[in-house]
Amino acid sequence: MRKIRIIDTSLRDGMHAISHQLTPAQMGALAAGLDSAGLDTIEVGHGDGLGGSSMQYGFSRASDREYLAAVGKAVKKAKIDILLIPGIGTIEDLKSVMEFGVKTVRVTTHVTEADVGEQHIGFAKKNGLEAVGFLMMCHMVSPEKVAEQAKLFESFGADYINVADSAGAMLPKDAADRIRAVKAAVSVPVGFHAHNNLGLAIGNVLAAIEAGADVVDGSVRGFGGGAGNAQLEVLVAVLKRLGYETGIDLYKIMDVAAELFDPILPRPQVVSNDALAIGYAGAYSSFLLHAQRAAEKFGVDSRDILIELGRRKVVGGQEDLIIDVAIDLAKAKGRAV
Amino acid sequence: MSKTLRTAVLGPGNIGIDLMLKLLRSPQHEVVLMAGIDPESEGLKIAASKGIATSLEGVQGILSLGNIDIVYDATGAKPHLIHAPLLKAAGIFTVDLTPAAVGPYVVPSVNIDEHLGTAMNVNLITCGGQATIPIVYGISRVTPVEYAEIVATISSRSAGPGTRKNIDEFTQTTRRGLEVIGGAKKAKAIIVLNPAEPPILMRNTIYTKCDTSKIDAIVKSVEDIAAAVRQYVPGYRLKVAPYADGDRVVTMIEVTGAGDYLPTYSGNLDIITAAAVAVGERYAQFTGKAVMK
Repeated sequence: MRKIRIIDTSLRDGMHAISHQLTPAQMGALAAGLDSAGLDTIEVGHGDGLGGSSMQYGFSRASDREYLAAVGKAVKKAKIDILLIPGIGTIEDLKSVMEFGVKTVRVTTHVTEADVGEQHIGFAKKNGLEAVGFLMMCHMVSPEKVAEQAKLFESFGADYINVADSAGAMLPKDAADRIRAVKAAVSVPVGFHAHNNLGLAIGNVLAAIEAGADVVDGSVRGFGGGAGNAQLEVLVAVLKRLGYETGIDLYKIMDVAAELFDPILPRPQVVSNDALAIGYAGAYSSFLLHAQRAAEKFGVDSRDILIELGRRKVVGGQEDLIIDVAIDLAKAKGRAV
Repeated sequence: MSKTLRTAVLGPGNIGIDLMLKLLRSPQHEVVLMAGIDPESEGLKIAASKGIATSLEGVQGILSLGNIDIVYDATGAKPHLIHAPLLKAAGIFTVDLTPAAVGPYVVPSVNIDEHLGTAMNVNLITCGGQATIPIVYGISRVTPVEYAEIVATISSRSAGPGTRKNIDEFTQTTRRGLEVIGGAKKAKAIIVLNPAEPPILMRNTIYTKCDTSKIDAIVKSVEDIAAAVRQYVPGYRLKVAPYADGDRVVTMIEVTGAGDYLPTYSGNLDIITAAAVAVGERYAQFTGKAVMK
């Protein structure tokens, strides 16, 4: 039976959906639940990774160190994973949390910019951590381009390459084509990270697995940016039906969802109109709440902001452009700003 | 009276080439050498085509040529840590365009004269620092800035291998510059690369936590300092003038380059190379006075 490694992103991507306001105690309790359900790897921290707490992305309730300390204490078996986006977080930030049992670092860049992660992959490897080359917004370029950047990450020493549909804009064929191209280009395992903005997260993950993906991300109840990620407990059930081994106990993960996650979710993780606009336009999933706030402040339609951001080919991390676009749209409508 | 400085540029990458083209127009500079280490370097070819001597010996090429008044180092943070003591031992004034930050920080619109009489090495922080520190300074001279955060977004095409390998140093040095020169009590810097075609202009967002009731005085002060930056970077403009948003002030700037080497979208090159030339021209005046004494 083929084994699929599942990485839970509820406690990192889910932070986008709660404006990074989980407490360390909540994060520790949720991580303990995930660990007991048999998760292989649990990613935690601010939605934008180490150093993400900021005016640009929103301040998190606690510091990276406070979250990692809580999770480090709570998790017994699973690998603790953190995201590091060069340009936002640094090797210094990584050093500051290593003592809490971090095992995996996902070094994350825009799909065309893998070379900004060379230092960080090198540092992680030198310090005995699993280093992952994580390519964001892979819908924006051809499968060949994704493969080229994946090879760069492999050359820096990445242990596996993750293809992310950060905008939730891919159709199943888009996911499969990119995974196939990367599989053909590198000799390390390949992963896939989905968003459900077009309602296709589970389908895209399946397409990725059929195309050869070895690792996939999911989050409990889909808790994540935009319309969220591939819903973890659903994914576990579907993969069981298809005969894949995940190591996760279906009933336990369902119980974790109902008992631990449902009470803290700020809203049901559905494909809202704004999330749909993100997927349709190919904008970054974590823009959702930022665009809604800017729409209210400047009196414009949040969907117009998101569609315009997609049209301008805005990349992950450009939350400040949301304000800029909202101001431009308000001016075009003849409103005083 | 100012003297003409015998000038060498170290590091023929995007920044070094753009800088060289600006120095060739500066009456206070005579560019006598472009030094690199890669025989295939585009910058060495361009230098040769302008009749400038080139060297493949890097910093050693400069030291063995001798009789150099000023060196501009546009390599990278790690190489500059090697170059700085060698240039200092040779008694050559050095303008450091890497985020190595060996010498004191200089932002021409804020503190151009502070170190020119004393330091043998001055550091220009980063392109993001040159673009955003004047704004934070403009606000902190009106009212204390508890926290400043900047986001610099530059086109992928204008970020060469040096910038990419130094991305941690970029954020750390910019952050310290925002505190030391900008006057913020605490700071954070973020850089984002955007590969869109046609390439985007360099844009920067500056968030400052401060007393927003002083917004009118803040706007006036920021407009004044932006005008001072425009003296050496004509394409520097307020995209969104400072506005109060709760307990913070948000300002956005855009920088159109002069198009000397890379096209005008590369305002991030101009802002630091133009600052470098401004420092050199001012240094020439200092040196000229010294000569007259």
